Amino acid sequence: MTLTAVAREDPHHLGVLVDVAHEGPAPKRIVTGFGFWIFLLSDIVMFSCFFAAYAVLLGRTAGGPSGAELFNLHSVALETACLLLSSFVCGMASIAADERNHFWFQIAMAVTCVLGLAFLAIEFHEFADLVARGAGPTRSAFLSAFFTLVGCHGLHVSAGILWLLTMMAQVFAKGFRADIERRFLCFALFWHALDIIWVAVFSVVYLIGSAA
Amino acid sequence: MFGKLTWAAIPIDQPIPLVAGAVVLVVILAVIMWVVVKGHLPYLWQEWITSVDHKRIGVMYTLLAMVMLLRGFSDAILMRAQQSVAFQSQGFLPPEHYNQIFSAHGTIMIFFVGMPFVIGLMNLVVPLQLGVRDVAFPTLNSVGFWLTATGALLVNISLVVGEFARTGWLPYPPLSELTYSPGVGVDYYLWSLQISGVGTLVAGINLVTTVLKIRTKGMNYMRMPMFCWTTLASNLLIVAAFPILTATLAMLLLDRYLGFHFFTNEAGGNVMMFMNLIWAWGHPEVYILVLPAFGIFSEVVSTFSGKPLFGYRSMVLATMAICIISFMVWLHHFFTMGAGPTVNAVFGIASMIIAVPTGVKIYNWLFTMFAGRIRFTTPMMWSTGFMVTFAIGGLTGVLLAVPPADFLLHNSLFLVAHFHNVIIGGVLFGAFAGYTYWFPKAFGFRLDERLGMAAFWLWLSGFYLAFVPLYAVGFLGMTRRMQHYDIEVWRPWLMVASIGAMLILIAIICQVLQLAVSIRNREALRDTTGDPWDGRSLEWATSSPPPAFNFAFLPDVTGEDAYWAIKRHATLEASEKPRDYQPIEMPRNSPTGFVCAFFATVMGFALIWHIWWMVVAGFIGAFSTFVVFAWRDYDEYEIPAEEVARIDRANLAARRELVTAAGGS
Amino acid sequence: MSDIHGLRHQAGLAPGDEGGSVGLRVLVYLVGLGLAVLLTVTSFFVAGTDLVWQPSIPVAIVVLAIAQMGVHLVFFLHITTGPDNTNNVMALAFGLLIVFLVIGGSLWIMANLDQNMLPTDQLMLMQR
Repeated sequence: MTLTAVAREDPHHLGVLVDVAHEGPAPKRIVTGFGFWIFLLSDIVMFSCFFAAYAVLLGRTAGGPSGAELFNLHSVALETACLLLSSFVCGMASIAADERNHFWFQIAMAVTCVLGLAFLAIEFHEFADLVARGAGPTRSAFLSAFFTLVGCHGLHVSAGILWLLTMMAQVFAKGFRADIERRFLCFALFWHALDIIWVAVFSVVYLIGSAA
Repeated sequence: MFGKLTWAAIPIDQPIPLVAGAVVLVVILAVIMWVVVKGHLPYLWQEWITSVDHKRIGVMYTLLAMVMLLRGFSDAILMRAQQSVAFQSQGFLPPEHYNQIFSAHGTIMIFFVGMPFVIGLMNLVVPLQLGVRDVAFPTLNSVGFWLTATGALLVNISLVVGEFARTGWLPYPPLSELTYSPGVGVDYYLWSLQISGVGTLVAGINLVTTVLKIRTKGMNYMRMPMFCWTTLASNLLIVAAFPILTATLAMLLLDRYLGFHFFTNEAGGNVMMFMNLIWAWGHPEVYILVLPAFGIFSEVVSTFSGKPLFGYRSMVLATMAICIISFMVWLHHFFTMGAGPTVNAVFGIASMIIAVPTGVKIYNWLFTMFAGRIRFTTPMMWSTGFMVTFAIGGLTGVLLAVPPADFLLHNSLFLVAHFHNVIIGGVLFGAFAGYTYWFPKAFGFRLDERLGMAAFWLWLSGFYLAFVPLYAVGFLGMTRRMQHYDIEVWRPWLMVASIGAMLILIAIICQVLQLAVSIRNREALRDTTGDPWDGRSLEWATSSPPPAFNFAFLPDVTGEDAYWAIKRHATLEASEKPRDYQPIEMPRNSPTGFVCAFFATVMGFALIWHIWWMVVAGFIGAFSTFVVFAWRDYDEYEIPAEEVARIDRANLAARRELVTAAGGS
Repeated sequence: MSDIHGLRHQAGLAPGDEGGSVGLRVLVYLVGLGLAVLLTVTSFFVAGTDLVWQPSIPVAIVVLAIAQMGVHLVFFLHITTGPDNTNNVMALAFGLLIVFLVIGGSLWIMANLDQNMLPTDQLMLMQR
């Protein structure tokens, strides 16, 4: 692409705003990945609403227990370790998928699944324990916000597990077909994004909540 | 077994919904019977219901919007009628009923008329204008449409089974909490919007990705038609704002279903937080509606002035500025809720600032018209009407943006007049302009021009007669949503408003007639070339209606107003290079959208009536649909090269006639 | 072979895509994991310790959280500032803007309302 060609196609002399000769529609993988990226951003906006509600309702314990009295940082640390490791292992699964290595892909996905389930188990146990102690979501606005925010994340992880199992089945049944690979790319994005949201959750809800 | 659902849910003791529901039911059954008996069902199923073609989906969205306009307008007629007789009397609509009517009116008009109308037009036109074959995710497009239809269906079911919300079109707590609204009305509202909200989000993701990633060769950002820019801005807003609606309504649902305390009066709930969050969605929502309308006007004004759009770059900047600033003004919907002067002042000033880029746009449209060869066709009339009407509406908005003024005018009929002014003058006029402008592209024949003009003049005069008195009566102190009143001074104004509503009724009848007459006279109104208006953008390069694949060869774009340049070249070089046709792969039609929406309807209804086993069944059905869809092996079909060649040559032949007829202009 | 959109060329990367040898890519994830673990441990430490000036703890935790999110974005999601990533970065920036407006705006507004208005339970008493 010569400079004169650029100038001719740039009647308003916009220069920097004109990407030199737009090549046409993008490849499917990029389109799918970008579309899912936009969905993830919308999901993050939704989480930010729950965060905002949590922050606003932080002090509204209606005479009931506050975060500092309730949170067990040991289980939070365990949950964080599970999710962070699962993100790493999922990355390994991505590499295996790119290399079309069935064996390592299934192993990595299985490990990711186990770690994700461990996370959910710890979280479910925590919730059940809180409810048993009379600190369920109906006790106060603060607890409603806590359960909703953390629970919404947990629901997303659960949906992710369902998706993970479906991906394992699809790759097993049909191999690394182009559309399955695109779907897996979206899954990996989703799984990593959940870990990013967890970083915000454990920092803002649990750590700052206990330090208060 | 059936949760809260009993036979008492059917309003046997209320004549109006009973009769209305019966009439609608009879009409629907009649239509279905006609379709089945005449043997149209296979065609409908294969070509429309399971279609993933953006053009078909766009038409269905628009049709949904227009049908729901009739329902929303009937609510409006009832309200106007009530207010014209309910002076020192209870009128004919008891409060419980009247409250449902104004709530349904607003909900339907915003979510099931405004949104589907603009989304439908964007779906139909944008891929054509970008010179490509379809949107980024065609099957998802179908899912989005059918989920929106599900929402509309649920709202309409509430007319005959149960009741609707009585809380207004935004369900403020604590009234919308279980304590004060124990019935199913609010639940109908909430589930309907949650389901259709998913549909809207999906459309938003689809169109953002399409505009950013799927454009034909050579179409840089600064060569896109203006409508594509406004599509981008509007859908970025959808992606950013609708999650807020989902989250906020979810919190209210949790309060109602599981006893949470987000917005309750007890246990620390914060009622005001609902208003804050819902308007953080609500303000971007109105820009989601109006930005595509601005885009339509850019297209229409430019085409019918015979000139390129004036100030393209400033239009782009203004559009993106509106997109960003629209997220910084939402507090102006609750100036009176008790925030301090600093907060009120900041948001008030921001609300005034957002008028500036809109003003820039209006000047650009005027300068586009200046020294142009203007043709006052129906779309151009809608555009001119818009410019005057929207300017007035915007000015009253700037007045309301002044907090001390708003303290007097908040929730008065002045406010009601303002937002109808901008929504009707902006969104609806734009939708009608777009509908008339792109109808020939979608169906291959134009709409009757005389009835179109009649409809326009009746709408314009009807609108002013119906809403200018409301400004006056707002100044005189009348609050919105009044079921009856005792103040003599208001009466004459409200009577005039009723006359305006009658004019609009006749206008709508004209529009229905226009459609019927145009279909009957379609051969006389036929658009043979695909370019009935001497258009400037790429959608006019296709036949009317375009083939499934839109373009046999994706155009190579070298400047703005891509099609205009192509036409000029065509008049100069009459040579016909032999074209090397290739087979084209298109996405397969799929029942996924329809089936998914079916299960969503089942789930929504079951959730509303607390029929838990049905909820589980619906969920399993919906999830299975996705797995089945994900498991399919063939998602595309191929159109053979000979077929492509045949279709394309026919279009070229028709166009050659247009070119030779135009001569050497 | 052309698909529905008849395209061929690479015009940017899908988010999450990256190239390079297997060893290199595993290393990238390992580095990311290591950094994330470091930041997480630091966060937990800061929250529990008495060694830090107490009022700074929330700020420190937030900063560490933002840093860790950045680590995830770069090392796990491969979001870079290269020209092939522009759309992805712009979209992310837009999303972040909205998040800050919603959270920041809501906090500011609700705090302001709390200041100026009676608490709900006292308001309810006035109803009777």
